[in-house]
Amino acid sequence: MEYKLTFGKYNEALKRNKLLGLKCKDCQTITCPPKMTCGECAGVDLEVTELGGKGKIVTFTTCYVAPEGRENEVPYTIVMVELDEGPWILGNLIDIDPFRVGMELIGKRVKLGHKVFIGDKYSNGDAARPLFSFAD
Amino acid sequence: MRRVAIVGGGHTDFVFESPKTGKELFAEAAMEAINTSNLKPKDIQAIYCGNGLSDFSEGQVMIQSYVADDIGCFNVPATRFEGACASATLAIRDAAMWVASGTYEIVLVGGTEKATALGTPLATRTFAMAHDSRYESPTGLTFPAYFAMLAHLYSLKYNIPLAKLKEQMAMVSVQSHEYGVKNPHAQFKKEITIEKVLSGFTVASPLQLLDCCPFSDGAAALVLASEDVAKKLTPKPVYIVGTGQASSGRMGSQYKYLPRIRARELAVKQAYDMSGLGPKDIDVCELHDCFSIASIIAAESLGFADFGKGGYLWEKGETRIGGKIPINISGGLKSKGHPIGATGASQTYEVAKQLRGELADQGRQVEGAKVGLVDTLGGDGILCDLILKVD
Ligand SMILES: [Zn+2]
Repeated sequence: MEYKLTFGKYNEALKRNKLLGLKCKDCQTITCPPKMTCGECAGVDLEVTELGGKGKIVTFTTCYVAPEGRENEVPYTIVMVELDEGPWILGNLIDIDPFRVGMELIGKRVKLGHKVFIGDKYSNGDAARPLFSFAD
Repeated sequence: MRRVAIVGGGHTDFVFESPKTGKELFAEAAMEAINTSNLKPKDIQAIYCGNGLSDFSEGQVMIQSYVADDIGCFNVPATRFEGACASATLAIRDAAMWVASGTYEIVLVGGTEKATALGTPLATRTFAMAHDSRYESPTGLTFPAYFAMLAHLYSLKYNIPLAKLKEQMAMVSVQSHEYGVKNPHAQFKKEITIEKVLSGFTVASPLQLLDCCPFSDGAAALVLASEDVAKKLTPKPVYIVGTGQASSGRMGSQYKYLPRIRARELAVKQAYDMSGLGPKDIDVCELHDCFSIASIIAAESLGFADFGKGGYLWEKGETRIGGKIPINISGGLKSKGHPIGATGASQTYEVAKQLRGELADQGRQVEGAKVGLVDTLGGDGILCDLILKVD
């Protein structure tokens, strides 16, 4: 069975600030990032859909110790965002002072952009991830 | 299915920068386990070896075959289990199944790791490989960052001000160090204070250095046998009466449950159901305290406290010897150390020692303990739980 929305397609779209997911025709749940089956009901009748890229922060951290090769990025803030369509997606947050963020971030509305992790010798290529900023 | 028992165990010191190889560490723990079981290497019918990262730390894949040969268990079937930090617990669960099924009478199970050989940057990189590499790792996600986000979620969900939660988290680390001082194999034998925890540098907000377990080198091993054989080998067999295991998707796909980890609740239920026992029957527990907040979350999922109330167990001293549920009397991952592929075997070794009443000399025996629980978390969602019991 063919994989409907591969990482490759998802990644190329995110590099154009388009966030793709899968809508389940059985239970209407949207799975994003994609999987082979619906994240809710394991259904396989799925269609590719573009999400709005807006949502609210549900949790966060500022990271001061980075994996090898990414030391020059610290400190960076990671946020888990609940998208308006339902899924939670992990990204980074800009437009803040990473040293000073606190619990007040939770609930803030954000919108999606992207940034590409160029990859390292273990990653089999690059990978874009959401780069969120505060929504107007 | 037959009853299966632990008949003997071995445990190396857990240290920073061991001069020994991963194979040598495993061999030392394994020979101690075989010797204390009154057996010879030729008696071992199969080997189950937990190992997370020897590919990266020593350029060695297939370590299980070389350890089998090294300790004189020539040509026996040997299998490596990789489940990040839960590797050895998965190995024990499967080893027990093979004996319970009647295929083998006597097997060796354990784990080994040389995490500090990686150095902190590569160790952080390789540990983070247990996240979803395409969809979550690109953000720079690390394990401290993962549990840091759970701490913020926990504070919000249960309406516990972050400062209050941080204090409870610090108490977890303080208790672990207090017992670690008494464990001769522990990496850190030094007491710490709440003030010291709260003044450490921030690894991933709100987690500070002493909220986090260390990188470690070490190994632990156990010999398992069928009940009939075990009774001939030792007057004190420790039975594996319940096991459970469950998996998870990436962090984002766990959105309905976080900061609870559903896989743990499913795994421990399997173990409780299989044993016919429940949280109230547990006399001593070793749980996966990779980070201070992780202990609080685990204690709740295992049934020792209501959700949102786990921190009070430590605050009220209920997790100490003499408390309602003594937890991590070994010093836990925090103080004893966390050589990831060995951790589950170390936890199981510790609980078996408690149930055999062999820790009085070290001043950390839970008197009269008959039933113990082992809980290990791999990555952001492989859970394995074991219930051990003496008759
Ligand atoms: Zn569905």
